[in-house]
Amino acid sequence: MEVSTPRVIAIVVALLLLVTLPAWVGNPYYINVASQILFFAVFALALNVLVGYGGLVSLGHAGLFAVAGYTAALLLARGHGHLVADTVALAVTVLTAAIYAVLSLRATGIGFLMITLAIGQILWGVAYRWASLTNGDNGINVAARPAPFGLSLAGADGFYYLCLVVFLACLASMRMVVRSPFGASLRGTRDQERRMAALGYDVWTIRFWAFLLSGFWSGVAGLLFLYYNQFISPQIVALTTSAEALLMVISGGTATLLGPVVGAALVVIMKNVVSAYIVRWNMVLGIIFILIVSFMPEGLVPGSARLWAWARHRLRRGKSGVAAATPPAAAGEGGP
Amino acid sequence: MSLWLTLAVNSVALGGLLFLLSAGFSLIFGLMRIPNLMHGSFFMLGAYLGVTFLDRGVNFWLAALGAGLLTGLVGGLIERFLLRRLEGQVLPQVLLTLGFAFIIGDVCLMVWTGDPWQPATPAQLQGAVQVAGLFFPLYRLVILAVAVVVAIALWVMVDWTRLGAMIRAGVDDPPIARVVGIKVSQLFTLVFALGAALAAFAGVMGAPYLSVYPGLDFEMLPLALIVVILGGTGSLLGALVGSFLIGFLYNFGQAMVPDLAYVILFLPMLLVLVLRPQGLFGKVGA
Amino acid sequence: MPRPSRRAFVAGTAAGAAAAAFGMPAIAQNAPFKIGLLTVKTGPLAQGGIQMEQGIVTLLKQRNNTFAGRKVELISADTGGNPAGAKTKASELIERDRVDVVLGPLAAFEMLAINDYIRQQGTPVMSLAGAEDITQRLANPWVMRGSASSAQCCHALGDYAAKELKYKRAATISEDFAFGYEQMSGFQRVFEEEGGKVVKKLWPPMITPDYTPYIAQFGNVDCVVNGFAGSNPVKFMRSYADLGMKRIPLLAGWTAMDDALLKSLGDEAVGVVSAAWYSASLDNPVNKQFVADMAKDYNVIPGGYSAGMYVAGQVVEAALAKTGGKADDKKALNEALRGVSLTETPRGPVKFDAYGNVVGDVQIRRCERKGGQLVNTIIKTYSDVSQFWTYGDKAFLANPVYARDYPPAKNLE
Repeated sequence: MEVSTPRVIAIVVALLLLVTLPAWVGNPYYINVASQILFFAVFALALNVLVGYGGLVSLGHAGLFAVAGYTAALLLARGHGHLVADTVALAVTVLTAAIYAVLSLRATGIGFLMITLAIGQILWGVAYRWASLTNGDNGINVAARPAPFGLSLAGADGFYYLCLVVFLACLASMRMVVRSPFGASLRGTRDQERRMAALGYDVWTIRFWAFLLSGFWSGVAGLLFLYYNQFISPQIVALTTSAEALLMVISGGTATLLGPVVGAALVVIMKNVVSAYIVRWNMVLGIIFILIVSFMPEGLVPGSARLWAWARHRLRRGKSGVAAATPPAAAGEGGP
Repeated sequence: MSLWLTLAVNSVALGGLLFLLSAGFSLIFGLMRIPNLMHGSFFMLGAYLGVTFLDRGVNFWLAALGAGLLTGLVGGLIERFLLRRLEGQVLPQVLLTLGFAFIIGDVCLMVWTGDPWQPATPAQLQGAVQVAGLFFPLYRLVILAVAVVVAIALWVMVDWTRLGAMIRAGVDDPPIARVVGIKVSQLFTLVFALGAALAAFAGVMGAPYLSVYPGLDFEMLPLALIVVILGGTGSLLGALVGSFLIGFLYNFGQAMVPDLAYVILFLPMLLVLVLRPQGLFGKVGA
Repeated sequence: MPRPSRRAFVAGTAAGAAAAAFGMPAIAQNAPFKIGLLTVKTGPLAQGGIQMEQGIVTLLKQRNNTFAGRKVELISADTGGNPAGAKTKASELIERDRVDVVLGPLAAFEMLAINDYIRQQGTPVMSLAGAEDITQRLANPWVMRGSASSAQCCHALGDYAAKELKYKRAATISEDFAFGYEQMSGFQRVFEEEGGKVVKKLWPPMITPDYTPYIAQFGNVDCVVNGFAGSNPVKFMRSYADLGMKRIPLLAGWTAMDDALLKSLGDEAVGVVSAAWYSASLDNPVNKQFVADMAKDYNVIPGGYSAGMYVAGQVVEAALAKTGGKADDKKALNEALRGVSLTETPRGPVKFDAYGNVVGDVQIRRCERKGGQLVNTIIKTYSDVSQFWTYGDKAFLANPVYARDYPPAKNLE
């Protein structure tokens, strides 16, 4: 795969900015916001596997996110080590994802959305009402963050680098998957379900594996969320978390690698930073969503790319005087 | 014994309210395939508008109708100018309806503050009817009666009028409906406005006993979803049966297994979805 | 209704400071003293959160934004009413805005979520949340509470129900979370030790569209005690009356009959007896001024949420007076805060125990209709009530924290 020079430069600059972020941001509060963007981006990327590449809109992913957090929190509270707790938590999350998949893959489209919503709500009910296990509304505290290889994650900087490493790993794995034959067949099941089946692909199995992948990374994000807050409670299992994750994916641009990341940044910044200046930040967020739908229904990242390409085209036509083609229509997929 | 009877009466009353809420949702969902995630917001907006009308001394029924009309207008405008352009695109529809849910929630908080509002039960409908030593709150029975009237009116409309025939055609096979010359777009606006109006009407009807407060929107939305999924999308009969089913499940579930109160609402929905994805009475595969 | 934005605050503060600059003697320090308010302005808990802000703003306005000769800047942060939001916003106030003291948060689960963080950061917090253990078994040297622990008022309510009202059999109902458990357990403990029996305990979820299935289960009791909060009491009491239950007297904790809630209630609330650490009808000059100013600026009757933040602000002011307006040494400020003892606050005299929790009066009120308005009329005052009631701290803390099944209810039917 050829990579153009401007793109390489852009990637290097972005990486440099990310790695040096604690130095130029300075204040631990903003570093913490950056950490939040990174782990919500991991969550959004995980959801994007299904929503973007699989065409399966899940509105129950908060359940997967929280199952990981709760499992780890419960094990830690019972005195197990971080390694054991996190490993078991990820295993339980993948298992839960398998159950999600078995139940929900009987349907596609809105049916799929509804089944995942129902499972998510049931898990919320369990977290909220099964108080003897989950401590109900009071939640569970986690005494300390882990210190892998003796590296302290207690401070904002340390934790940011953990999030950055995980985020980059997630991004790289997504890129690999998307470009693999598996990724191609997953997109195939989205666009041409019948033809894929006719060609001998097992559509159900492809989607099943996609669900497990999505579950795994949702679990990873959930663990980061747990360690970031050192606290978990039923609010995080609520429908709003699933909806927010979906909003991140859609507003940024589905089936792109950068879209969910931009979407996560948008939502996290609105919630945490803008809310300090604008009391009606919920309304602003709603208006932004509507503007995105109206002007870039394909999402911010592909939409900006389209506008940019169109503007460049116009510019070039102005120079050379050659009649340009019509502005490109909303691209279904693509991006970096 | 009396406990069960009280619960039973209450179940049908809650069922009635849920029907008012979800009938419109079902039509929107069945006809237009729009996952209208602001349906709970219409309910809440209607309830707040109704409270304001009542506060100004407007008659209860006029307040309910007025709130319905205004909210229906809001819904119609959103459909006509924004949703229509997104036909068939589920993701942007989700983004748009959730975006409006955020806005409506925040506007309500701004205008009506965070205080809970609970309009008085209309004077003639207050208190309890005593039958055989048991108390039945009169107002709950009225809600049930209103739901029955609305159900009959909707049934007549859908099954006996030209508009209903167009809606049925639209639900069953949208492309064909278009081919035979039904102005689907106008129909959509009308149905969407009607659904919004019904939800708002339900909000006013529910206000005297649910009260109105921030967050009511996202409490009602999942209930509407469950009802419609249980009953099947696009089917009025389904919405009716689903509403009463949930009414009973909710009341008896809370009383008998309070620890699973929430789970018990979603389990049957999950079962139905897995075993019969089109819902109990649905014509269209979900 | 004016609801000041953050920007309006900064402007207001600047104006106040300018006004003060002429009239005041040498200001101790140039930088303003920063108060961070951890509140809720959006979502389902916004009602209490908005009142919290109104309470502290009223105090600051009365003081011309100046405490002990030093100008005060208020920075309020909206947690959205969830634990993760509380954590992020606490970090925003403490690490970014570098506030000197934090007022709030509102809900127990928010306080529990930031408890460890506050301990690490070492910034004084004046909490409104009731969670018992925050000033008991998990006492945090940086956290104080000027309102009341969850059970503080309900102990008195249990005493009043058994001794004065002579009730023998009670049913309790409250939301299924810690604030509910702790209130009802406090009531149960005192009520049963004084000869009463709690025969039914019901725990509806926080989100309950209709309370009828619960109300139908009360059975044969002398009274029903409710500990609801937020908008739930409004719903609950209406259903209670609708079901013809008013023949059984209703008792209530402070949030369920908060004075600010009265405007949302109707005849169903008349006759309800409640125990609260603040009452708008309290007859003292500070309270009269507070009630008048709240009526003027916001057109509301203040309840515990506003009064709690007003009192918290007064405590901060008193501590600043002791340190001579200095707040650089957080330890010294914290110690000054803990040693504050006030006689003139809207709720009456206030001092703090060794765990940072308030010792103050608890009022027993009966709701009446006076001139068309609902009013909580004080019928008895318990003076200097501690979070440990009459048990003493050692004996009290030897037991586990109040919970859904602690102390065990032995008389359930």
